[in-house]
Amino acid sequence: MEFFERFAIPHPSFLIYMAMISIVLGAIVIVAGITYFKKWGYLWREWITTVDHKKIGIMYLIVALVMLFRGGVDAVMLRYQLAMPENTFLDSQHYNEVFTTHGVVMILFMAMPFIIFFFNFLVPLQIGARDVAFPRLNSLSFWLFFMGMGLFNLSFIVGGSPDAGWTSYFPLAGNEFSTSVGTNYYMISLQIAGLGTLMTGINFMTTIFRMRAPGMTLMRMPMFTWSALIANVIIVFAFPVLTVALAMGTLDRLAGTQFFTTDNGGMDMLWANLFWVWGHPEVYILILPAFGLYSEIIPVFARRNLYGYTSMVFSMIIISVFSFGVWTHHFFTMGQGALTNSVFSITTMAIAIPTGVKIFNWLFTLYKGKIEMTTPMLYAMLFIPLFTLGGVTGVMLAMSAADYQYHNSMFLVAHFHNVIIPGVVYAMLAGLTFYWPKLFGFMLNEKIGKATAWVMSIGFVLAFIPMYITGLDGQPRRGYTYSEVTGYSTLNMVAFIGSIIMTISFLMLVYNIYYSFRYASRDISSDPWDARSLEWATNTPIPEYNFAVTPQIKSREAFWDHKYGGKDMDLFAGQKIERIHMPNKSGVPFIMNVFFFILGFCLIFSIWIGAIIGLIGVLGCMLHRSFEDDHGFYFEVEEIEEIEREKRGAIK
Amino acid sequence: MKAKMKGTLFATMMALSAIVLGACEPLLVLDPKGPQAQRQADDTMLLIYVMSAIVIAVFTIMAVMLYKYRASKQSPDYEPPHIEGNMLVEAICIGIPVIIVIFLSVVSVKSNYIVEAVPQGYEDTEPLVVYASSSNWKWHFSYPEENIETVNYLYIPAGRALEFRLYSHGPITSFWIPQLGGQKYAMADMETVLHLAADQPGEFMGRNGNFSGVGFAENTFLTTAMTQAEFDEWVQEVHETAEPLTEEIFEELLEPGHLGTSTYTGTHLEFSPPPGPHSPVSERDPNAEVGHE
Repeated sequence: MEFFERFAIPHPSFLIYMAMISIVLGAIVIVAGITYFKKWGYLWREWITTVDHKKIGIMYLIVALVMLFRGGVDAVMLRYQLAMPENTFLDSQHYNEVFTTHGVVMILFMAMPFIIFFFNFLVPLQIGARDVAFPRLNSLSFWLFFMGMGLFNLSFIVGGSPDAGWTSYFPLAGNEFSTSVGTNYYMISLQIAGLGTLMTGINFMTTIFRMRAPGMTLMRMPMFTWSALIANVIIVFAFPVLTVALAMGTLDRLAGTQFFTTDNGGMDMLWANLFWVWGHPEVYILILPAFGLYSEIIPVFARRNLYGYTSMVFSMIIISVFSFGVWTHHFFTMGQGALTNSVFSITTMAIAIPTGVKIFNWLFTLYKGKIEMTTPMLYAMLFIPLFTLGGVTGVMLAMSAADYQYHNSMFLVAHFHNVIIPGVVYAMLAGLTFYWPKLFGFMLNEKIGKATAWVMSIGFVLAFIPMYITGLDGQPRRGYTYSEVTGYSTLNMVAFIGSIIMTISFLMLVYNIYYSFRYASRDISSDPWDARSLEWATNTPIPEYNFAVTPQIKSREAFWDHKYGGKDMDLFAGQKIERIHMPNKSGVPFIMNVFFFILGFCLIFSIWIGAIIGLIGVLGCMLHRSFEDDHGFYFEVEEIEEIEREKRGAIK
Repeated sequence: MKAKMKGTLFATMMALSAIVLGACEPLLVLDPKGPQAQRQADDTMLLIYVMSAIVIAVFTIMAVMLYKYRASKQSPDYEPPHIEGNMLVEAICIGIPVIIVIFLSVVSVKSNYIVEAVPQGYEDTEPLVVYASSSNWKWHFSYPEENIETVNYLYIPAGRALEFRLYSHGPITSFWIPQLGGQKYAMADMETVLHLAADQPGEFMGRNGNFSGVGFAENTFLTTAMTQAEFDEWVQEVHETAEPLTEEIFEELLEPGHLGTSTYTGTHLEFSPPPGPHSPVSERDPNAEVGHE
């Protein structure tokens, strides 16, 4: 009996029981549904074992959308709790768990897979490649991420969620003050998912450096691919820090080491430093691909080339370097003294310069353009003013002396939501709407789409602008309640209303997908937006090998010039169809990660025998791979010709 | 039309914040009662002005672009030109932000040295040293010179420099009295120093600004600034009425939970010494551990 007690939720409530029931029922419905429609084989053959970058991308997308929903529910619960003074909807422990999971889920299991979806789906297409450099590794990355995500979400119903904030500062997250397994979940599931992200970084760096189509020099790459390259370089440099920090934290919690304890030579400030040495570059990993997407979308709908391509590239490179030199601004108040704070204050403000350059370049891309306000463009045009607001409050926070007053207050919360939502979330939704026809062969409804963007922005302004004000009035972040006399109640109620309006906008997005799925025309071209870069040169749906013949790149906007630049710009001129070498499917990455899941779960609960079994399984799968003879397969010429004929004569 | 809608949106937003700002009491951070908070409030206002100028510039450029170059205003066969970029324009886009950042950097560095030193204008006063240490979820204020200790309330003399030495008996917390000055962390293995001063007598909200577990939200204390004479009188009174702080009582106080206010003679610093500033780990006295076992 004692063995099973550890799996119980330490702090159960009606909400958690409801969640348990709904998760169990949901799982039963899904399993029964797949069995009833006999889709297990299809699922295994077409999705679980796939190494196709486009399908892996779509799986990332599905996880991101589900996690957006989960993190969003968390957010509304938080705002409802604070809408009224001394509200009793959530107690302190629950509130702590909810804001912790909200942060982790939104950053690591919503925003990260969303951008990795775009890496996967777009990068090989934009550089004219057939797949990523290491397709099997790509599958492994996804399943590592997926199992990490699954493990983290399991905490809600087995053993209890982490409750020390998404930053998980020690010693609060140490054994002394955090006695449930919640923080074990944090350490282990982020470790597993983080390994997946690290491999993604290596994979895409290699892909972009090694697999570009002939003629595509670095300075001819589409801007999204540039942003992906920089983001993946940051991943490769930043994520090992997280890996090490999490390993040390795990050892502290499971093996009794003293890295981050406050006595016996441990140092809690070390965790904060390591966390932010990863954590600050992490926000640039999120925002740079978002910038890349805006840089794709704005030229298409301004009907003009991107202004200042070179300065866009160099501003991103500068941002990536600076991103590693500012982490201390997350704790100016730790007592490093005036000199250290001054250095980090200046480096932080300096980042505003390349970011400003990008904003001005987008604005000048509109100059002499022919602007069409489609849904993706609307998101981009709402992004610029809202993000500017978030950016300038970032400069305020960078003033270290004044930051003593903003630090850990609602002002900070308002700031980072003000950059992440218009910056990252809008970019993801704009990109999703923009690439939806390439993904699924029909367009999302424009009317509903535009309404969604407006409603979301109104909700956003109402939800987050009040927090700047209550922050300056001394409302701290992460406080589950406040008293009437503080005077925070009106503005917090406004913020709650804003969060409801934002929820409505997300439901509108879901409705749009449903509506368009039912009613949208399937008779669209493979280039419905009249776009500019190479991914639109493919057929829709995109064949597994992407391009029947390898495109020859002669300019920066290859596809645009192919369409309008005359004969000598023809992408596929003089090319003959040849047999195409493609990678084989494999179930090993999935099986290996089932063992990773077992390993992680058993570590969380200190079930050592299970952990050893899981580890043996993982190593066994690696061993299998080492001895596996896998040369891939070929699409023969006749096969390709048939596929291309079916796709309505795409070869010219 | 779209630009107009956007304009309306932001006008509404600005109006809304103006109403909210106007209707309420002044915000704590912008209502300073001491020199450090004054400096921070001045910086904040300066930043708000500079940043508003930038925001207005960006909004204006954007509104003009969206108005002038939208498709509905142009002939259907208009072909937008190919423009690579212009050195002069880019130099301006880099140059102006560089100037702004240099200006703000100078202000920032100056302010850093001001808030990290004895408050300006108070250099002649002898600073009152107060050890402020947090435990789950209380604040302990030890006055070594006066040899008294309070829990969850802070009495200070106005018009005199205050030197708070901060540390924690548990998780990282942050000592914050918004109207007197910004916060600083209190940690178990390093003592930090925060220089404050109150210009006038008055009552100020103080709290822990850094999440520290279940009792964090209520981890607050009331700060009362009074004249030096009143302060001396209070110290005198404490010595006459309060009971001495023993190790047993202090251990009880450290138990996790919330407590009301209480007052003692003597401080816990004698039997439970603070960690000291920046002490290298190797040199720390193992018997001088703070925090509970």
